[in-house]
Amino acid sequence: MSAPAREPAARLEVAGLAAAYGASAPALREVTFAAHAGQAIAVLGSNGGGKTTLFRALLGELPPVTGTVAIAGTTAYVPQTERSRLDFPVSALDVALMGAYARTRWYRRVAAADRALARAALERVGLGEQVAERFGALSGGQRQRVLVARALVQDAAVLLLDEPFAGVDAMSEDAIMRILDELRAEGRVLLIATHDIEQARRWDRVLCLRGEQIAYGPPAQTLTTAVLEATYGAEIVLLDDGTRAVAVQHHAH
Amino acid sequence: MEILHSGLLQRALVEIVILGAACGALGVWLLHLRQAYAAESLAHAMLPGLVLAALAGIPLLLGAAAGVLVTAVLIAFAARATRVGSEIAVAVTVTTAFGLGAVLALSPDVPVGLEGLLFGDLLGTGTSDLVAAGALAVVIALALAAGHRRLALVVFDPVAAPSLGTSPARVELAVLALLALAIVAAVLSLGNLLVFALLVAPAAAAMRIARSLRAQLWLAAAIGAGAGVAGLVVSAELDIATGGSIALAAVALYVLAAMVGRAQRPARTSRSPIEALRGS
Repeated sequence: MSAPAREPAARLEVAGLAAAYGASAPALREVTFAAHAGQAIAVLGSNGGGKTTLFRALLGELPPVTGTVAIAGTTAYVPQTERSRLDFPVSALDVALMGAYARTRWYRRVAAADRALARAALERVGLGEQVAERFGALSGGQRQRVLVARALVQDAAVLLLDEPFAGVDAMSEDAIMRILDELRAEGRVLLIATHDIEQARRWDRVLCLRGEQIAYGPPAQTLTTAVLEATYGAEIVLLDDGTRAVAVQHHAH
Repeated sequence: MEILHSGLLQRALVEIVILGAACGALGVWLLHLRQAYAAESLAHAMLPGLVLAALAGIPLLLGAAAGVLVTAVLIAFAARATRVGSEIAVAVTVTTAFGLGAVLALSPDVPVGLEGLLFGDLLGTGTSDLVAAGALAVVIALALAAGHRRLALVVFDPVAAPSLGTSPARVELAVLALLALAIVAAVLSLGNLLVFALLVAPAAAAMRIARSLRAQLWLAAAIGAGAGVAGLVVSAELDIATGGSIALAAVALYVLAAMVGRAQRPARTSRSPIEALRGS
């Protein structure tokens, strides 16, 4: 019981992780990093680089082929709204309430406290007026904020956000950025998958993936020309003297 | 109406109201989960089971159940045939099973006849059919009520569903099991070809009009029952085939709903560009 005083235990610890879809070769290998309470981590990599695979492994949907994932508390996933079903008849409040489903017994109604929590969460992302509005009728940025509100209701220790700023208007971007900073201040761990290298500099750590872990560390030391070239290969365009970089994504549909 | 005084028609009426309502509500989830093709495949490919039961002289309900089970397994295997493509594999499997059923049914030993199996025999509804339909309706109503949130979650956001406490694979499996039950309970009355109409048309109609999930489910049940009653009455009055008449009534209600749904939409979507420019 008298353990020596040391750094507080990590909220999220990934060691030697490899994950694969079915019996095929691992889509992601050799990922090792630890995140402490209040840290936001940008996850960089090109399409197919392993960002989604990492998230699915952290959510427990892909069991590790090798290595371990240890998470203290629950994990929430905030998907890209571009993939949402817009034809499904649910309101913004319905979607926020989904964050309480895991703790609601199947034969009960969602608890009054959780309903209040869902309304407060929508209020917090600036959508107090749109509670009853149909999810599919909201703008892309508003939909993304509803999905963030759902994660707030979930009250997760670790949040995985898939491109939360993709296709989002400036007002929504500000609102989401403010919420993410608040969540950090509350001691939650955020993993933010992004294509935006400039934005990645804003967060506490950067994790670069290209089928395996290329680098992990504070942005200033991690986002070097060498690391970016290793992460994006030919897709990277370096501007100025190499201090600014843009990743060119080739969407193959 | 004179015709409603016959015991035959009264039983048929109760049967079709129960089946129409149960299939209508279940259909809403089938369409939201994009499983209409599965519904059609399962309904058609179970024909050999029905025919074999008729040949062996065992209850057709048992044959239907066995047919659905074997079909479900075959379709599950076919859907994994990634080299051929799952849709093609399922289509080939279903066609093979249906063809086999038709060949068997055309043998002179089959007492019921192919027509009865393909188009059903609603006017032949007996007490056991009513009990089966009633049980089905209760099971579907309970399952849809108990699983409402999980179903909504899996339709809306299958990727995030596991992190919100729901496994999409298990929910989809449960829906397919309900579908199999519905087909088994309804196939003797509505027939192998037409049970599909009550699973899809009322749900599609309700989804064109109703703005909330609960409204869609209730409306689909009402439209399913209404199409059944309308089809049955028309077929009795005009002396035409019952199953076909019900299927046509269901489709007619869908067309009506599509028109109402279009009229409901805000005018701006149907406004011409010139009117829009005038700002009227």
